[in-house]
Amino acid sequence: MLHGYGLYEEEHEAFRRTVRAVVEKELKPSASQWEEQEEFPRELFTRFAELGFLGLKYPEAYGGTEAGELYEAVLLEELGRCGSGGVAAGLGAQFTIATGPLHKYGTEEQKQRFLAPAIRGEKVGALGITEPDAGSDVAGLRTTARREGDCYIVNGSKTYITNGVRADFVVLAVKTNPEAGRKGLSLLVVEKGTPGFSVGRKLKKLGWRASDTAELFFEDCRVPVANLLGGVEGQGFPQIMGNFQWERLSLALGALGSMEEMLEVILAHVRERRAFGQALSGFQVVRHRIADMATAFEAARQLTYHALRLHVGGEYAIAQTSMAKKVATETCCRIADECLQLHGGAGYMMEYDIQRHWRDARLGPIGGGTSEIMTEIIAKQLGL
Amino acid sequence: MVDVPVSCRSREYPLFKEKDVKILVTAKRVEDPESKIKVKPDGSDIVREGLKYKINPFDEIGVEEGLRLVAKHGGEVVVVSIGGKEVQEQLRHALAMGAQRAVWVNHTGALDQMGVAGLLQKVVEKEKPDLVVLGKQSIDDDQNQVGQYLAEYLGWGQATFASKVESLESEQEKSKTPALQVGADGKTVQVVREVDNGLATLECQLPAVVTTDLRLNLPRYASLPGIMKAKSKPIEELTPEKLGVDVTPKVQVVKLASPPERKAGIKVPDVATLVDKLRNEAKVV
Ligand SMILES: Cc1cc2nc3c(=O)[nH]c(=O)nc-3n(C[C@H](O)[C@H](O)[C@H](O)COP(=O)(O)OP(=O)(O)OC[C@H]3O[C@@H](n4cnc5c(N)ncnc54)[C@H](O)[C@@H]3O)c2cc1C
Ligand SMILES: Cc1cc2nc3c(=O)[nH]c(=O)nc-3n(C[C@H](O)[C@H](O)[C@H](O)COP(=O)(O)OP(=O)(O)OC[C@H]3O[C@@H](n4cnc5c(N)ncnc54)[C@H](O)[C@@H]3O)c2cc1C
Repeated sequence: MLHGYGLYEEEHEAFRRTVRAVVEKELKPSASQWEEQEEFPRELFTRFAELGFLGLKYPEAYGGTEAGELYEAVLLEELGRCGSGGVAAGLGAQFTIATGPLHKYGTEEQKQRFLAPAIRGEKVGALGITEPDAGSDVAGLRTTARREGDCYIVNGSKTYITNGVRADFVVLAVKTNPEAGRKGLSLLVVEKGTPGFSVGRKLKKLGWRASDTAELFFEDCRVPVANLLGGVEGQGFPQIMGNFQWERLSLALGALGSMEEMLEVILAHVRERRAFGQALSGFQVVRHRIADMATAFEAARQLTYHALRLHVGGEYAIAQTSMAKKVATETCCRIADECLQLHGGAGYMMEYDIQRHWRDARLGPIGGGTSEIMTEIIAKQLGL
Repeated sequence: MVDVPVSCRSREYPLFKEKDVKILVTAKRVEDPESKIKVKPDGSDIVREGLKYKINPFDEIGVEEGLRLVAKHGGEVVVVSIGGKEVQEQLRHALAMGAQRAVWVNHTGALDQMGVAGLLQKVVEKEKPDLVVLGKQSIDDDQNQVGQYLAEYLGWGQATFASKVESLESEQEKSKTPALQVGADGKTVQVVREVDNGLATLECQLPAVVTTDLRLNLPRYASLPGIMKAKSKPIEELTPEKLGVDVTPKVQVVKLASPPERKAGIKVPDVATLVDKLRNEAKVV
C-alpha cells in the first residue's frame, strides 16, 4: 500500500481490510435498493456502532475506541466505495459533523447526553447550519435564539440538513445576538420532539438519494439553556469553523474512495467491452484517457493525504484542507464524467452503477463549503 | 524491607473451563478470490503484478471455528503459515481475529503438498495441539491433500469437509449444535460432514486433524481492538532447516493454461425455439 506511505501504518491497512469486507458484504449488495427507496435502514447506525465505527476518534469514556482520526479517514475512504453516496453521507454525518462539535466543545453533561448515545448508535444526530437564505455566508444566518429565563426561544428554519428527518438531535447554528455578526453565533442542541420544532419535507435530490435531507422549522421552540454547546454564548462561529476542517477532509476522503472504485470499474469495462474488432483498452486514446484519470486521482489523493497528515499532526491547515477538498471533489466529478462517457450508452442507464457515482459526485464541490468558498479561503490565506 | 512477590496480577483466580483445548490452524496466503487471474504467456506461472492476497477462505473458517471452540472450552488457537515474509500479513489477520499466537515457517522456494504436510507435522510435534484445523483445500491450487497427508504422517484420525448447512449465522442458527464439538471428557471430537444425501456425524479420537468446508461458519471480521492487540502478539519464526524437513518437491507444476473462453450466450424468443435448439443443436434432449 505505497500510496499511503508514511501516513498509514500496517494496522490502518488491516483496519481497511475489515471495513472493506463490511462494505462488500453488508452495504454494497443493498446499495441500489436503498438508493431507489431513498432510505437506508436505521439499524445501520446500530450495526456501525457495534463494529466500533461511530466512535473511532472519541474517548473510551463515551464509548469510543480512541483509535484516532486516521482510522476514521480509512473508514471514510472505504465508505466512498460502497456505491451509495447517501449511505456514506448519512452514516458519515453521524460521526463527522453531528458529533464532532459535541466532542470538541460540548460540556461533560452534553457529551453524556448526546455524544455517548450517538456513539452507541441509539441516537441519530444532524448538524443544522444552512438556511433557505444563507448557506455559504454562515455569518448571515437568520435563525434566532432569544434567552428567556432558563430557555432559549428559537425561531427560524434550516434546509438541506442531512439526517434531518430521523435525527434525534440537531446541533443547530443560531444567532443568540443578531446584532453582533459572526460573534453573535452559537450552537444549540435541539432534541426531536421539542415543542415548536418540526421537520418539513424530505427533499428529493439528484444524488445521495439514500440519505435523508430535510427542512427544519422552529417556531417559538423552547430549548433549555443547558443545551447551549459548551455553555458559553457567541462561540458558534469558531466552533463551526473548527469542525469544518474535518468535514472538508471527510468529503475529500470519500471522493478518493469513490474515484478508486470508479477506476477499478472502468479498467474492467474497457478490457471487456469490444468495438471495431478489439477491446476498448486496445485504443491508445482510451488507454491514455484512463492513464490521465489515474494521474489526476493520485494527485488529488496525495494532496488530500498531505492535508490529512498536517491535520492529524495538530496543524490548523486551513489552506491545504480547502485545496484538498476542492481538488478531490472536483477531480471526482471529472473522473465520474469520463468513466460514464467510456461506458457509452450503458453509462446513461440506471442499471449501471456509474450513473450513480456521477450523480453522487456532484455534491462534493457544493456541500461542506462550495468550491468557490474554498478558493476564497485559499486566497485569504495567501493574504489577498 | 523485604519485597513479597505477588503471584497473580488479577485478584481472582481464573476459573477452570470445561477443558482447555489447543488448536493449531493453518493460514495460507492465496490470491484474492475476487481478483482476475491471468496466466503468463509461457504457462510457467500466473501474472502476479497487481494481484491482491488474502487468507485462504477455508482457513479463515478454520480460525473462526477454532476461536469458537476455545471460547467454549478455554485454551488457545495457534496459527501457522508457510511462505516468505509477506505471509505475516495473513498471520496478523488471524491474530486480529483473536488467535493467541502464530508460527511462521519462513520458506520462499517451491513446495508441494507433501512438503507442506511434512513441515506441518514437525510444527505439530513441537506444539502438541489437541486438534489441527485446516481448510479442505486452498483456493489457489485446489489440491485438497494437505490435511489428509498430515493425518497420515502423524498417524492421527481425520475428519474432512466439516460442514453444516444450518450453522449459518442467524441467532436461531447459532444456538444450534455446531458442526465441530469437543467431547465433554476432552478425548474426542465430533464432526458433522455433508455427504450426498444428508449429514454424517463422525467421532474421532483426539488428537485429530479436521478440514473445513465452506458452510461451516461465517468468519468474524477482525475488529479494531483485535487489530491493535495483534500488533503485540508473538510470531515465532521457523525454517525447514530448523524443523529438519527436506522439502524438495516430488511433484512439479509443468504448465498452466487458462480455461477456453466461453462463447457468448444467445437469447431465444420463446420456449419452442429453446426446445428446438436444445434438441437439434445442443442435442441434449
Ligand atoms: C445533499 C446535501 C446535504 C447537505 N447537508 C447539510 C447538512 O447536513 N447541514 C448543513 O448545515 N448544510 C447542509 N448542506 C448545505 C450545504 O452546506 C450548502 O448547500 C452549501 O454550503 C452552499 O450553500 P447554499 O446552498 O446556500 O449556496 P449559496 O451560498 O447560495 O451559493 C450559491 C453559489 O454562489 C457561490 N458563492 C456564494 N458566495 C460566494 C462568494 N463569496 N464568492 C464567490 N462565489 C460565492 C457559491 O459557491 C455557489 O456556487 C447540504 C447540501 C446538500 C446539497
Ligand atoms: C438514451 C439513449 C437512446 C438511444 N437511442 C438509440 C436509438 O434510437 N437507436 C440506436 O440504434 N441506438 C440508440 N442509442 C445507442 C447509442 O447510439 C450508443 O449508445 C452510442 O452510439 C455508443 O455506443 P455504445 O453504447 O455501444 O458504446 P461503445 O461503442 O461501447 O463505446 C464505449 C466508449 O468507447 C469509445 N470508443 C468506441 N470505439 C472507439 C474508438 N475506435 N476509438 C476511441 N474510442 C472509442 C466510445 O467513444 C465510448 O466512450 C441510444 C442510447 C441512449 C443512451
